Amino acid sequence: MKEKILINARIIDPSQEMDEKGSVIINEEGKITAVGKNVKKDDVPSAEVIDVKNHIIIPGIVDMKAFVGEPGYEYKENFRTLSQAALSGGVTSVVTMPNTKPIIDNVSMVDFIIRRGRDKASVNLFPCASLTREIGGKEMSEFGLLSAKGIIGFTDVVKTVQNTETMARIMDYASDIGVLIMQHVEDYELSKNGCINEGEVSTRLGLGGISYIAEKIIIERDLTLLNKFPCRYHINQISSKDSLDVIEKNKEKGLKFSVGVSINNLSLNENDIGDFKTFLKLSPPLRLEDDRTSLVEGIKSGLIDVIVSDHTPEDEEGKRLPFAQAATGAIGIETLLSLALEMHHNESLPLTKIIETLTINPSKILKINKGSLKKGSDADICIFDLDKPWVVNADDLKSKSKNSAIEGRKLQGKVIMTLLNGEVVFKS
Amino acid sequence: MAVQKKTSAIKSTSKHLLGIQNLSILESKRILEEAKAFISLNRSPSKKLDILRGKTQINLFFEPSTRTQSSFDLAGKRLGADVMTMNVSNSALKKGETLMDTAMTLNAMHPDIIVIRHQDSGAPNLLSQKVNCAVINAGDGQREHPTQALLDALTIINRKGKIEGLKIAICGDILHSRVARSNIYLMNMLGAEVNVIGPKTLMPSSIERLGVRSFTDMKKGLDKCDIVMMLRLQNERMQGTFLPSKREYYEFFGLTPEKLKFASKDALIMHPGPMNRGVEIDTKLADDINVSLVKEQVELGVAVRMACLKIYCK
Repeated sequence: MKEKILINARIIDPSQEMDEKGSVIINEEGKITAVGKNVKKDDVPSAEVIDVKNHIIIPGIVDMKAFVGEPGYEYKENFRTLSQAALSGGVTSVVTMPNTKPIIDNVSMVDFIIRRGRDKASVNLFPCASLTREIGGKEMSEFGLLSAKGIIGFTDVVKTVQNTETMARIMDYASDIGVLIMQHVEDYELSKNGCINEGEVSTRLGLGGISYIAEKIIIERDLTLLNKFPCRYHINQISSKDSLDVIEKNKEKGLKFSVGVSINNLSLNENDIGDFKTFLKLSPPLRLEDDRTSLVEGIKSGLIDVIVSDHTPEDEEGKRLPFAQAATGAIGIETLLSLALEMHHNESLPLTKIIETLTINPSKILKINKGSLKKGSDADICIFDLDKPWVVNADDLKSKSKNSAIEGRKLQGKVIMTLLNGEVVFKS
Repeated sequence: MAVQKKTSAIKSTSKHLLGIQNLSILESKRILEEAKAFISLNRSPSKKLDILRGKTQINLFFEPSTRTQSSFDLAGKRLGADVMTMNVSNSALKKGETLMDTAMTLNAMHPDIIVIRHQDSGAPNLLSQKVNCAVINAGDGQREHPTQALLDALTIINRKGKIEGLKIAICGDILHSRVARSNIYLMNMLGAEVNVIGPKTLMPSSIERLGVRSFTDMKKGLDKCDIVMMLRLQNERMQGTFLPSKREYYEFFGLTPEKLKFASKDALIMHPGPMNRGVEIDTKLADDINVSLVKEQVELGVAVRMACLKIYCK
């Protein structure tokens, strides 16, 4: 690979508090050797020059929650289609979920997934294994052995360990070996039969509602346990204002944990479900506008650490059902950045804060050497046009499934180029 | 996409009857007007018309029903339509056939109207997107039961002469009731004041946002009410504990002659059926022809469904 220099860029890298006009030099090994306003073309006269034309350079996005259909659900998404979708959205590192078929809960499955990913994927993959065997919520997975094989974290994805004793043991054990626990927070007894937020919309649509308490009560339980068993604990996604209050109280007490939110819960509310739009059946559910704005505030104040796409490809068959029976989830990895930029354009969040939650924050939680443009980092880079207007058309998206929650939405800001280890892997 | 639009002086009704929520006040009044004309027909010796001759009506019932199904059946036949009733609850579903599969199969048979009852809220909406004919909702999940609300309205108008200005109480298991929801929308739309009364565990979240006042005390809730609509306690939909016992429920929420005294002097009782006698309503009260409109509701149900079929079956 030839040495490269990206010139005429606005570089935003929250990992080094950088927001300045300048250039980035990438060496033959695909590492960043220099970055910033003092970097000149003359420093590397023989390098290939890419003129960024005053667009923005950020570290490649790290998406902490995405589902790849391999193995078992290749008809929904595979490594190739996920990679294409990710790269066209500026995402260069993806944390993949273990709720495949079979479930990733043993060492041989990890070998398979890593080998398969290496052959077929063109993004950095960070696979998760299930928190409990078979995602059954009863026996803990082999945290030590699986971590040694390259598992980045443990999660039951959209399932919650209901048994408090089991959860206590998991956290106790995990605290000793330092693995990352990523919990979906939902009390099943409170959420059973529910498929959307409990409130006026659920009453009107005649659908079972999920109270915000179902989420809050598990957060309270887990944080109580965390106080005794201080492990690396991450809440996958929160959806309500009340959860934020609990989080705030505990963070103030000095408890160490991290929190994620889906871009969907930041950009949509329960009214968007309209007349039974199953693409907006999500877990956790979309809630009130007041919850949405609180979540945005939560990002601003630092109570929420990361924004995830919660990319959940589902085929048409699974969605063309009565709402209660329809599959849950929406795709979103490709539109993650553009949709997040909405919060910059409507002045609810500073641009640097948005980038921080998409790059360095997830990298810190995962303890991976990504999400930064510091000297010596891998040259995983996203270049985007902050103002380019476009309309989401699901058929144009690269994901194999087309269940976008924001079909037809007018967005502002689009990725124009993505580099992985210094190579241009996507160009619009 | 080019959409052909016919210009017409009269505002045409929407293609489907999916719920009272989707209905305009003009549309609902038109249905009630049409239905009035059928009341006397249904009481006459010769009940058959040929308004829908040559039309095919399919009743698609995913959930068991006696009165709604027979009412639609009879309504279609009296208008001269060819009526076919399918009880899907025990056949295709078990073979893994989805609602969409069934819809496509039926659509290929060129029906003019499909009447659907389904256990899932929103199923008629989904169906209406996939078939070429009109769809009438005969009850979906806990969402709506529009023809029940319309027949209730017709029954009230028949007795009280109007709905505007009346005070109507809907009592009991509001949470699981599509009848309650449709009635709330319709009675509100037609100018009545609506109270809902029931135990807190059977009251849907944010019910006041639908334009009603909610009560947990029959005495307060029934005060000055002209119509008392009782609902069936839907035990089959209850998972987990909602009430201590039926006995306790009857004590506080069962309609008895004593509790009826809280309402207005000439108050009338309604019930969509089937009744749990001795649970939500005193059995003698239910049969008291001076105050109970239950039989009339069933009778006028046919007229309302004839009106709906006539209007929507184009």
